[in-house]
Amino acid sequence: MAAHAQNKAVDTTPLWKHVRKEWKLYSFLVIPVIYFIIFKYAPMLGNIIAFRKYRGGTNFFGSEWVGFTYFEMFMKDPTFWRAFFNDLNLSVSYLVVKFPITLLFALLLNELRRIKWKKFVQTVSYLPHFISMVIVAGMIKEMVSLTGPINNVLASLGFDKISFISLPEWFPALYVTSGIWQSLGWGTILYLAAMTGINPALYEAAKIDGANRFRLAMHVTIPGILPTVMVLLILDIGSILGSNFEKILLLYNPLTYETADVISTYVYRMGITGSNFSYATAVGLFEGIIGLILVTIANEVSKRTTKSSLW
Amino acid sequence: MNRTSAFNAFTIVNGLFMILVVLFTLYPFVYLVAQSFSSEAAIYAGEVTIFPVEFTTKTYEVILSKPDFFRYYWNTIVYSVAGTLIAVTATAVMSYPLSKDKLRLNKFFIPFVLFTMYFGGGLIPNYILVAKTLGMRDTIWAIVIPGAISAFNVILMKTFFAGLPNELEEAGRVDGLGVFGIFTKIIVPLSKPILVTIMLFVIVGMWNNWFGPSLFLQTKEKWPVALYLKQIIDNAVSPAEIGATSEQTSQIAASVKSTAMVLTSLPIICIYPFVQKYFVQGMMIGAVKE
Repeated sequence: MAAHAQNKAVDTTPLWKHVRKEWKLYSFLVIPVIYFIIFKYAPMLGNIIAFRKYRGGTNFFGSEWVGFTYFEMFMKDPTFWRAFFNDLNLSVSYLVVKFPITLLFALLLNELRRIKWKKFVQTVSYLPHFISMVIVAGMIKEMVSLTGPINNVLASLGFDKISFISLPEWFPALYVTSGIWQSLGWGTILYLAAMTGINPALYEAAKIDGANRFRLAMHVTIPGILPTVMVLLILDIGSILGSNFEKILLLYNPLTYETADVISTYVYRMGITGSNFSYATAVGLFEGIIGLILVTIANEVSKRTTKSSLW
Repeated sequence: MNRTSAFNAFTIVNGLFMILVVLFTLYPFVYLVAQSFSSEAAIYAGEVTIFPVEFTTKTYEVILSKPDFFRYYWNTIVYSVAGTLIAVTATAVMSYPLSKDKLRLNKFFIPFVLFTMYFGGGLIPNYILVAKTLGMRDTIWAIVIPGAISAFNVILMKTFFAGLPNELEEAGRVDGLGVFGIFTKIIVPLSKPILVTIMLFVIVGMWNNWFGPSLFLQTKEKWPVALYLKQIIDNAVSPAEIGATSEQTSQIAASVKSTAMVLTSLPIICIYPFVQKYFVQGMMIGAVKE
């Protein structure tokens, strides 16, 4: 309390005196803040080339104003809309599968009584999270190749082999399944952390009332972690236009663009491969702003429903 | 109250489910290793499932007999070490003042950092900035500088610093240490857990990084091993370029990808069980903040 009172007292001194007194601590921030201005904020300003013609070269801000020309261009471009709906389709499919499975896996892990076995399952299931996307994509291609194990199982069951990697109708399945493989274990960490925070007395009371393990999970564990579940769900909904860029870039090919091309890969092909910098920036800016709006809405919803929020 | 039979049924089903998860997670690794040690004929015939068929170490011998792989590996090590030093130092230096409630300007600086978590410049402006305006293309700086400080890591470290007891800093002040002395002699030694966590986050990120290098490094000799691996997987590097003689080319063509994947992921898989707890710990500190 004393420290608190002191803080209040400091607050009334003029700002310049405060900065002069604490200048040594503030000096720590000089280089990092310059770094943030150059590497985080300058690129935000660089989005101005979405409204100006950029002809290459070092001039970050382009040469002449063209207004919303590039926005009108991509709004009329069917490829953009295909990417937009693919993005939605892939992330919604992934979310719908990932969310319940991760929660179920966390609940079942929580039921394991032998600590060593539980630790082993956790350690194994976290591993894919640390594997490079290049290797994940390479693994997927090997697993589904015509001579790979999945096609061998199909063949031995009497089905025709399927060229998964070049068929657009299979891309969402590959994307979702590999996503589950990568994140199933790692996704449980925050749930398990929340479970350790549940008051053991609640379990004792429920047991005395005759609750079995299923009822304990339904009536004690799930309500106990509900705030965490809600925050994670809302965060995921907030990033619904952010499919996994690196994975798609490594996995897709012209044969599967129809279902696999998303906004970020479209920006990459237009801007980096095609050098249409201004056009690609306009598309990227559109995606960034939608993302910002979605996070803000998600945060507001979270604040009202679960009282936990990001800011 | 004795529900032993119901308990047992559940325990068995749950145990089976866990075994399935473990198999589902490990099988792709097992398959890659098996394939990397199998003969070309067996791979093309689809005979490899769990164990190597017609065991051979030919592909490993070919890849490891040429200096290429080691050179790309070495590049990765250089980028990882340099990137980690820069990132951890910069993150710690930035987080320390931000953890001090008494600094009134933090009301401005903390949102200044946080905002970058939710909005970024996007691919193209970042590319133009780093490659063209700053002229970092084809240098190590394009790999280790642009991502050096992340808002997430700053928040983690700031949260940790804020939890350290104030009395220790007071003691340092009484002993005549200045702000910088307190930071290096008291705060940093006390913060080893979070420093190790951030260090590992950065190392794994650097080790797995291929997209930044693919944008910025044109000279092949500067590539990290992840980017080299991508070229092998894309069939952009022929077995001859990897170092196979014409006779070996057909022998290793089928397993060169899996072998390269095994060699690249090996370091991560070997150290991972020992450092796993630091990652989990990092997530927990982050969760407290959320």
